[in-house]
Amino acid sequence: MKSLLTSTAIAATLALGAGTAQAEGNLSIYHWFEYMPQTLLDKFTAETGIIVTMDTYDSNEAMLASLKAGGMGTYDVAVPGDYMVSIMIGEGLLDTVADGELKNKGNIAPEWADPSFDPGWSHSIPYQWGSTSFMVDTAAFDGNIDTTDILFNPPAELSGRINMLDSQGEVLAMAALHLGIPQCSQDREQLKALDAMLQEAKGHWASFNSDTAKEVLVSGDVAVGQIYDGFGAKARADRASLKYAFPTQGYVAWMDNVVLLEDAPNRDSAIAFMDFLLEPENIAAVSNYARYGSGLAGVGPFLDPELASLPESNPPASAGPGVFIEVCDEATQAVYDRIWTNLKK
Amino acid sequence: MAARKFDVRAYPGFAYITALCLLILYVPLMVVSVYSFNSSESIVVWEGFSTRWYADVFVGSESAKFKVAARNSFFIAVIAATVATTIATFAATAMIRGGKFRLRALSFGLISLPLMVPEIVTAVATLIFFSSIGFERGILTILLAHIAFCIPFAYLPISARMQGIEDTYEQAAMDLYATKRQAFTKILLPLMMPGIISGFLLAFIISLDDFIITNFVKGAGVETLPTAIFGAVKQGIKPNIMAISTMLLAFSIVMVTISYFVSKSGENK
Amino acid sequence: MAGGAASGGSTQGDTYKEARNWLLLPAWVTLSILVLLPVLLMLVYSFLTKEFRGGVIWEFSLGAYDQFFFDRGLFGDEPPKLEWTYITIFWRSIWQAGLATILSLLIGFPTAYYIATRSEKVRPLWVFLITIPYWVNLLIRTVSMRFMLREEGPINNALVWSGLADSPIQMINTNFAVQIGLFYSYLPFMVLPIYAAVERYNFSLSEAASDLYASKWTTLRRIVLPSVRPGVVAGCILVFVPSMGAFLAPDLLGGAKNFMIGSLIEEQFKGNAGNWPFGAAASMILLSLVLIILTLYARQQARANKAGA
Repeated sequence: MKSLLTSTAIAATLALGAGTAQAEGNLSIYHWFEYMPQTLLDKFTAETGIIVTMDTYDSNEAMLASLKAGGMGTYDVAVPGDYMVSIMIGEGLLDTVADGELKNKGNIAPEWADPSFDPGWSHSIPYQWGSTSFMVDTAAFDGNIDTTDILFNPPAELSGRINMLDSQGEVLAMAALHLGIPQCSQDREQLKALDAMLQEAKGHWASFNSDTAKEVLVSGDVAVGQIYDGFGAKARADRASLKYAFPTQGYVAWMDNVVLLEDAPNRDSAIAFMDFLLEPENIAAVSNYARYGSGLAGVGPFLDPELASLPESNPPASAGPGVFIEVCDEATQAVYDRIWTNLKK
Repeated sequence: MAARKFDVRAYPGFAYITALCLLILYVPLMVVSVYSFNSSESIVVWEGFSTRWYADVFVGSESAKFKVAARNSFFIAVIAATVATTIATFAATAMIRGGKFRLRALSFGLISLPLMVPEIVTAVATLIFFSSIGFERGILTILLAHIAFCIPFAYLPISARMQGIEDTYEQAAMDLYATKRQAFTKILLPLMMPGIISGFLLAFIISLDDFIITNFVKGAGVETLPTAIFGAVKQGIKPNIMAISTMLLAFSIVMVTISYFVSKSGENK
Repeated sequence: MAGGAASGGSTQGDTYKEARNWLLLPAWVTLSILVLLPVLLMLVYSFLTKEFRGGVIWEFSLGAYDQFFFDRGLFGDEPPKLEWTYITIFWRSIWQAGLATILSLLIGFPTAYYIATRSEKVRPLWVFLITIPYWVNLLIRTVSMRFMLREEGPINNALVWSGLADSPIQMINTNFAVQIGLFYSYLPFMVLPIYAAVERYNFSLSEAASDLYASKWTTLRRIVLPSVRPGVVAGCILVFVPSMGAFLAPDLLGGAKNFMIGSLIEEQFKGNAGNWPFGAAASMILLSLVLIILTLYARQQARANKAGA
């Protein structure tokens, strides 16, 4: 028994030691699911010798929760959306990238030079941008789909066949567009109306799911599903009758960004990775895979020509505005959190 | 007896319900196993027999992820089961061969605590514990958590076996001037082996299968097979997941069969 | 033998009396630090103040329990009413777990009885057959069930093909799917204890009843069932308790729409909510419920043992 214990202890020490010995050449990424092509990570490893591990999440809020639940200090970079970048800056979760640390920073397209969520890109770099709306299976419904009524006040044939994203930000922003109220409203009547409208709408919904947003549409389990534009393009490739809607009331626009996390265990690797993604050829590989736009100049030659004409990224003239998700103050957020909990109870 | 026209034990319909029970237990697993040999990309349509998804598991685009996850899972399960079985064997010796003592009921309460606390609660509590003492989450946190909750699973078969062994063997050995240590290692342990092996296998499978606790205490990029499968399944059931499931099913059957024969050979001794 | 099972098995000699404490030490240390201490810490956390967007502030607060039990309106300034949201979630969990338990009992009891009345030689083989599925990863079993229940899955295909249904029946993402999933997950837990009890049952009692012209079903109800009751109760607890805290079945089969306790707790730590004290409080309430059930069970067992002796 003694020798068994000893050998176990040796095995444990070896295994744990092995993990820390090569820590200099590691990179730990916290990323959205089904977004980063494995081939690009392999290319990064081939170029730099840095070994990449990647964990995935399915909503900005879930990522924040997990980072605050002991995840800080274990990941080097994460990929939050625009509003979440400002929240994370406010929470002190992001490290500052000093001027000149990123040699490819000049590749950022002029129109994205100074975003409001991270002025001057001092903690992050642009990754991908796109929209969140919903898709409808035109084989199941042939009426007008370009209205938020499809989600919140659906026709009888779609009722009970709707999947919503399990993401507070995206669901509540879309609901605000539907009612035509501001996203961080403090008006009690508006908030009550929002709560009541969502309670009513919930009866028409089959499920809340982000990771299976594509699968449930492709398999025909639901006929309507909230979805990101690029993910939707992939869904359409598998089921041609799916159509991405651009509601006249508006839709959610977003930009995901690679951020440098505070206490990153491999800060140098993280900088190298950010620089890698600032090369047009590399970020174009992400766009070609995930079917979203990039925030860099000079990506054109590397892009799949088909991307330019995707119906999911070319809103018709009738489309409403694309709005970014806003950050509310603590007291207002508490009300929205309660509305969200009421919705999911 | 002979006068009775019917068997008092038998109830009509019970055999059918038993058949139904086995059907319910096995059909989903069989369907998944069959579909793992489907040559189609789609999980819906059957397009003919193929082993491509098994090849995909080993050489496909996600193979690296699953290989690392499988290695982590087996590494954790072997160590957690070994340590838990050792601890449980010592504890069972004290509980069964230690006479009556005051802290006995309390000790048993502590040993069976992981069985009484719902798994989600243990998971949350362990997460809070590691995070509040600033213990960095990684493979070590999973290992520690697994060791703790595997102890009762190893303890139950071991203590059951020990109760079945009378202490006269050890008494006889000590009458022949064997020390207590010798009586333990030379007499009790060999007699205990079937129980210890069942306990080890039980702990091993429990650790290998655990999802909830692992999901809460795992660190950045550390995946075990169940968490990797969960991650993949969340985005939809793909044929390669069915292939992995089928292999795990086969592995579990082999393990439980070994355990079955080990315990059987123990009974015959 | 009385109380033997409830106290870790009966003692069999005291050969290692002197070494007792040393032998128990590893178990004491491991379990105190890794299970008992964390649970106590969780109790402490449930009385702390929540930090905006995840984490805790080390200040005493009843906020988590207040949120659980009292509704102060959408804006948090109305007079407190009883909050039904979380009670509903707990009630739903109890209800779902209860239905799954009843379903398991209806299928599990006849199965266990049937197995226990086979010849002694084939009995272990039957038990073996029942246990194998339990060794398959719970995740994989839940996924298999999800595959079976899909709108275009095997069950619906069979129903439509055989003409029993005109069009596929919506099963996935319903409460029914969750019940089936729970039932399927823990069915072996119901069969095994009942099997053990029926195996010990003295069938001459049934024969005596039959000699006194009791019908078969009367015998079952009045003689067999009371004798094997401890096994039935143990089976029900083994299915009910894990079902209540289940997380995979509601998530993968129920569409994460109708929360159960497990999902509610998970969301506080890994999901959108990020409210640690509330998650800790909900966990404490779940733990208390389970401990109450187990205590009632232990009392009942003790009484049964006394009556038996």
